Amino acid sequence: MSIINSVQKLSLGKVLRENPTAQGLLLISPTTIYLLIFTIIPMILVAILSLMIRGMYGNVVYQINLANYVRLIDPLYVRILLYSLGVGLTTTVLTILIGYPLAYFIAHTPIRERSLYLFLILVPFWTNFIIRIYAWIMILRSEGFLNQLLMNIGLIEAPLNILYTPTAVLIGMVYEFLPFMVLPLYTSLEKIESAQLEAAADLGAPPWKAFLRVTLPLSLPGMIAGTILVFIPAMGMFVVPDLMGGAKTILIGNVIRNQFLVSRDWPFGAAASILLLIMTLIFTLYYTRKAGFSEELLI
Amino acid sequence: MSEFAVELRDVVKIFPTPEGGEITAVNHINMQIKHGEFFSMLGPSGCGKTTTLRMIAGFEWPTSGEVRIDGHVIGRTPPYLRPVNTVFQSYALFQHMTVFQNVAFGLEMERIRKDEIKRRVGEVLEMVKLGGMEHRKPQQLSGGQQQRVALARALVKRPKVLLLDEPLGALDLKLRKEMQLELKTLQEQVGITFIYVTHDQEEALIMSDRIAVMNRGKALQIGTPVEIYERPTSQFVADFIGETNFLYGTVRFVEADKASVYVPVLDSEVIGLATAGLTVGQKAVISIRPEKIRISDKPILTKNCFSARVTLIAYIGSDTRVSVDINGQRINIWEQNKISSLDTNIYYRENQEVWITLFPENTLVLPEE
Repeated sequence: MSIINSVQKLSLGKVLRENPTAQGLLLISPTTIYLLIFTIIPMILVAILSLMIRGMYGNVVYQINLANYVRLIDPLYVRILLYSLGVGLTTTVLTILIGYPLAYFIAHTPIRERSLYLFLILVPFWTNFIIRIYAWIMILRSEGFLNQLLMNIGLIEAPLNILYTPTAVLIGMVYEFLPFMVLPLYTSLEKIESAQLEAAADLGAPPWKAFLRVTLPLSLPGMIAGTILVFIPAMGMFVVPDLMGGAKTILIGNVIRNQFLVSRDWPFGAAASILLLIMTLIFTLYYTRKAGFSEELLI
Repeated sequence: MSEFAVELRDVVKIFPTPEGGEITAVNHINMQIKHGEFFSMLGPSGCGKTTTLRMIAGFEWPTSGEVRIDGHVIGRTPPYLRPVNTVFQSYALFQHMTVFQNVAFGLEMERIRKDEIKRRVGEVLEMVKLGGMEHRKPQQLSGGQQQRVALARALVKRPKVLLLDEPLGALDLKLRKEMQLELKTLQEQVGITFIYVTHDQEEALIMSDRIAVMNRGKALQIGTPVEIYERPTSQFVADFIGETNFLYGTVRFVEADKASVYVPVLDSEVIGLATAGLTVGQKAVISIRPEKIRISDKPILTKNCFSARVTLIAYIGSDTRVSVDINGQRINIWEQNKISSLDTNIYYRENQEVWITLFPENTLVLPEE
């Protein structure tokens, strides 16, 4: 027995030593198993669930049909979906507009100062997300800091109604997702050699032209990565609209959450999830192809 | 048209250091570079050659002094308005553009017509032997090809002056030698003034019409390759360009262009060509190149001729390199192997007693540094 065992052990060790493919498979196996259990299988379950129907008492009736998807074509849900798309895109555009100058500034400060600024960008993550949203509520509400300040300096007479409006939702979303735009943008901008800009100037490009023709295209991979990191979670976000948008702003994320937790209509929630998944997938593929940087993103 | 393509008048550049101090990178430099000249700035790293080039390009501004391009004081004109172009050490090609787009970039900035751009880019790519590579990206090219794109991108602008910052530094030796000759031919062909920065003395000697040897922010000597090699005016230049032997001593007398130096290690006077400004009693150094020393079995001259013992022989094909010893002073001599023979008797042997002659016209007397 023991002889056979040791022979088998030897051969396994030998296979691992001599076969790079076996080594690779062994190395990625923890990731593969993790993704399989916590991502792939649940997603398959959700897809199956979306084809079922809700029973009388919120239970799931196992009966394959497309009723849930048909329900999603209802103008009410189409409007919510389009509105979510709008909020996601607006959030992304705003994080680019605010994040680009910030990332540019950080990338152009002396190296020793850069880590300080990057640290400052990451500091909010040390506090729980919900608590930070409540902090924003304290700032934005009628008697909040912002209105107090604006009234004290005489800029406005009556408090502004910001909280529980779509504006508040956008403020919360942009705040939450800004670091996810700034960090990849910074990484791209920081990699651009100063010699490239000197070369542009040397060849006759004034600074603004050098920016448009050299800096901007070279920072595109960062912008694309940032867009994916911001747009996809923004589409599914439900906490910010819940807390800062009042009942007035409903996004697709809220619909899905309500189906699972309030209406107990799991199959319909699952169908909405799958639709969101397909939409973001199409967007991401189209966007990366269109930008023509899909390969460089992987580097 | 002014007499000079580029003129530097008493240019100084001081950089602040991160510690709050100051570094003088360029220290009162004067240079006059003629139209159509291949002019090199040669020196060890940190000698100020690149900073000088960058001041001509417009990436740095002089702390004091003035830079003139084609007679005009250039002041603080930004790089994009200067009639000069640069080939960068790192090439600095635009990675997101094709070869064609890289070369066309400078012409697009001048708002030149599309068909004209196409014609000129095609011409210049043909000239640097990159025809057919228009649609490649820089990453798909070899180092030598990238170097040619960088050259084409600058040349296509037809600048008054082309600035080259160690453009061959990243290439391997063989390719570098090829490119040296090619660059020189190209420069003669286009007739543009080249200002070339290098730390490779052989490269500077091969290509340049004139060389400025620089050290510690100063231009120590400006002259033709022959002048720089045969008549260095300072110990640094004699040492930096080629190989040489130094013998230290004190000036005994100076007469016209000759000077005599007492060299303690030889316990004798050595006569050589005097550099300007030598005075009697001054510490001086004798400089003589290894290929200019004669070895013989018997003394040839009554002066400048010394008995020595052979300590080392290295046969390297074209030359035989002989080291001799005189009272502990080592002197290196290169003898050209002008006779083809297998007879070992014609070569020197270790411990052989010989005479070496330092002909006064081949011997330089320089002030000691």
